[in-house]
Amino acid sequence: MTIGLNDYLMVAGLAFAIGFAGVLVRKNILVIYMCLELMLVASTIALVAFSRFNGTMDGNVFVFFILTVAAAEVAVGLAIIVALFRRRQTVQVEELNALKN
Amino acid sequence: MADLLFHFFSILTIGSAFAVVYNHNAVNSALAFLVGLIGVSGLFVLLDSFLLAVLMILVYAGAVVALFLFIIMLLDMQGGERKKFSKPTAVAALMGSGLLAVCIVTLFQSFGSLYQPDATTVVPVGATLKNYADQLFTTYLLPVQVVGFLLLISMLGVIVLSKKFEGLGDVK
Repeated sequence: MTIGLNDYLMVAGLAFAIGFAGVLVRKNILVIYMCLELMLVASTIALVAFSRFNGTMDGNVFVFFILTVAAAEVAVGLAIIVALFRRRQTVQVEELNALKN
Repeated sequence: MADLLFHFFSILTIGSAFAVVYNHNAVNSALAFLVGLIGVSGLFVLLDSFLLAVLMILVYAGAVVALFLFIIMLLDMQGGERKKFSKPTAVAALMGSGLLAVCIVTLFQSFGSLYQPDATTVVPVGATLKNYADQLFTTYLLPVQVVGFLLLISMLGVIVLSKKFEGLGDVK
């Protein structure tokens, strides 16, 4: 049996699903953010696999841009989390309920 | 050989994704994420996109995970006690896992009959650096500029966010 597109897509889908489950299950906001990054990485696997088996360059270039945007996003997101922690002294999402009620 | 490597790297990726979710300690989660990134970049090498494999290690493992570890150690948060699942959560989890089971069963039933493109007949265009330069400086010239500007804006945003404003009063 040779490895084809479907196997790569299966890995990408599994990693995405696990990341999504982590976003739903975990309570620590930093771990939730890490699981979001995991979902992003899983989607890049699918893009690169599509690009490879399609014989085009566009998926690869798209992943290149995703990497750049992810770096910017992580920097801003972590700065927001640090600012939040300075004000509220917690990173547990159950206690971050200022918008509730 | 490539099949064996694919299985190794995919198991590494999936296993460390599980470890990210199931570790109680956030530092362990970050390190598991690091291992998973190594698996992902191995998959990229198997897909003949070597530049992205190197960038994955440089940008994600070098910058993003290091930043995560910095913040985790800076904040020094406690684990936090686990709350019991409420009733709606349990119902939702049951329904979600039922749907997932249906999906998995359907997937495995149709796995042999799915169309599978052949990698040996397709030329790996993502393998050479020249192709990247060609695309980035012709077709994708405007996105490159926009992304550069985005990085500048995010740098300014981080500086503004982490600055302490004295005269602003207590804005809740």
